[in-house]
Amino acid sequence: MVERSPVFDVFNHLLLILAVALVGFPIYYAFVASTLTLEEVTQVPMPLVPGSHMTENFQTAARQGQMIRVLGNTFVVAMSVALGKIAISILSAFSLTYFRFRFRMAAFWLIFVTLMLPLEVRIVPTYDVAANLLTPINWLEKLLFIPQITAWLGHPMQFTVKLSMLNTFPGLILPLVASATATFVFRQFFLTIPDELCEQAKIDGAGPMRFFWSIMVPMSRTNMAALVVILFVYGWNQYLWPLLVTTDPQMNTAMIMLRQTMPGANDPQTWNLVMATALMVLVPPAVVVIVMQHWFVKGLIEGEK
Amino acid sequence: MVKRVIFRERLLPYLLLLPQLFIIGVFFYGPATDTILNSFLLTNPFGLGWKFVWLDNFIYLFARSEYLNSFLVTVVFSLGVMAVSLGFGLLFALSTHRVTLGSGFYKSFLIFPYAIAPVLSGVMWLFIFHPTIGVASFLIRSVGINWNPLLDGTQAMIVVVLAAAWKQISYNFVFFLAGLQAIPLGVLEAASVDGANAFRKFVSIVFPLLTPTLFFLMVVNVTYAFFDTFAIIHAVTNGGPGQSTNILVYKVYADGFIGLNLGSSSAQSAIIMFIVICLTVVQFRYIETRVQYEMT
Repeated sequence: MVERSPVFDVFNHLLLILAVALVGFPIYYAFVASTLTLEEVTQVPMPLVPGSHMTENFQTAARQGQMIRVLGNTFVVAMSVALGKIAISILSAFSLTYFRFRFRMAAFWLIFVTLMLPLEVRIVPTYDVAANLLTPINWLEKLLFIPQITAWLGHPMQFTVKLSMLNTFPGLILPLVASATATFVFRQFFLTIPDELCEQAKIDGAGPMRFFWSIMVPMSRTNMAALVVILFVYGWNQYLWPLLVTTDPQMNTAMIMLRQTMPGANDPQTWNLVMATALMVLVPPAVVVIVMQHWFVKGLIEGEK
Repeated sequence: MVKRVIFRERLLPYLLLLPQLFIIGVFFYGPATDTILNSFLLTNPFGLGWKFVWLDNFIYLFARSEYLNSFLVTVVFSLGVMAVSLGFGLLFALSTHRVTLGSGFYKSFLIFPYAIAPVLSGVMWLFIFHPTIGVASFLIRSVGINWNPLLDGTQAMIVVVLAAAWKQISYNFVFFLAGLQAIPLGVLEAASVDGANAFRKFVSIVFPLLTPTLFFLMVVNVTYAFFDTFAIIHAVTNGGPGQSTNILVYKVYADGFIGLNLGSSSAQSAIIMFIVICLTVVQFRYIETRVQYEMT
């Protein structure tokens, strides 16, 4: 670096310590609250040193919230979202880069557009699809004006078909898989792979799928690792979608459970238990991010290019 | 755009695309089309009846002060989140980039909040600013301000902005740091030789070279403030008190699922889609400039 004055260094360190305090305080405060009794946590001001009831609070919170099941559910959802997206994306990226076919550009743009609009903006109809997977047939009926036409013809006809995915894992997972972030990460990466590799594989008599499995998949390991982190955190932290599709407590996910533990104005203010739950749902994604920090940062920055 | 060496199979590329296209067809294009279609319809919430009403849903929306209020609230909220999270993200990145001792620790510590879910952030900040037991509320009240974010709209807005921005600092930090590391040292050294001080170098070299990152992050942060913060609003304020934190995406949910007004909710979704598409187009106009300072 160019500037190296001690004063400047001290200033920077002070600023960073402030940064750590600002980022860390809410988490520390939550941790302290999770170790206190109900009386201590509702004291004003609450003590700022940890108390002695941590194990007890975590046990109570885990039992009341059925946290083992909840964390298990969330793990299944987050992992499936991550692996599902990676699987369908690497296939489509391979198709888009290594083949030339009719409608290739159309497919490219169809996939590209999904990057722009998150689930939140099409939430009501997506819910309709989850509530009834056969909704497209009903859409078709609507688009073709079948009720109107048949009524006009004198034989009013309207039908509905139904297959619900509410309160099921596919219902929780599939709509979250429907976007294309990962496709573009793989595509970018495939474009950087030298052509000689493919040429050589062809000379050796490898077909496209052999080339894909033996060369492309192993070479994409780093990208996959980064995507697993990003998509796992994305899946784990989902809120709106699980809120809508799960009404059965057996299917609760972590974030919904956290919301449910929050006391209302007239309930006992059990914030010690809320904070214990908060820390339990925070630990898994935090561990993933910290352990895989290197790949994650690389993947995050390259994915957004 | 395409490889020079390719495979000649005819059917295979379609088969490889099929899973992705099927999923986005059913869960993306279907619902998105339906949203747009519904925005022109008036649907009976209790049955299957509907009729075509052209732009009535939109006209009705913009005639309501409630919707205009939601727009205003979203603008205030997004600007607040952007200012706080971009400001701190940049500040922390600049400092981390300059120190050598302990930079690994600072980096890890500032990156890990990426894992924190918006709703988690909301719950933690509500606890800190809780009207009766929050530690921040205690401090604020001790200087004589009447603090109750559950009753006062402005105070509620402050809490949700803090909760939303706090969680996003780490994302911005990662990108600013990468942007700073991509600035060639030689340029900065040359400036030093010419007698530029640290401030001058920041204004004339570092900041201009960071603008592509900044533009990109602005778009990402707006998208974040528009959509991902739903959980914070839902958990902390429910859009209240008195509509004061009723951001657009929360209103889509409230009107669609609680109010069961499908037409209005769809019209609102269509408007948000339009805004986000405009923003993305703006972002892609800057992509050319951004690639110049490719990060490693």
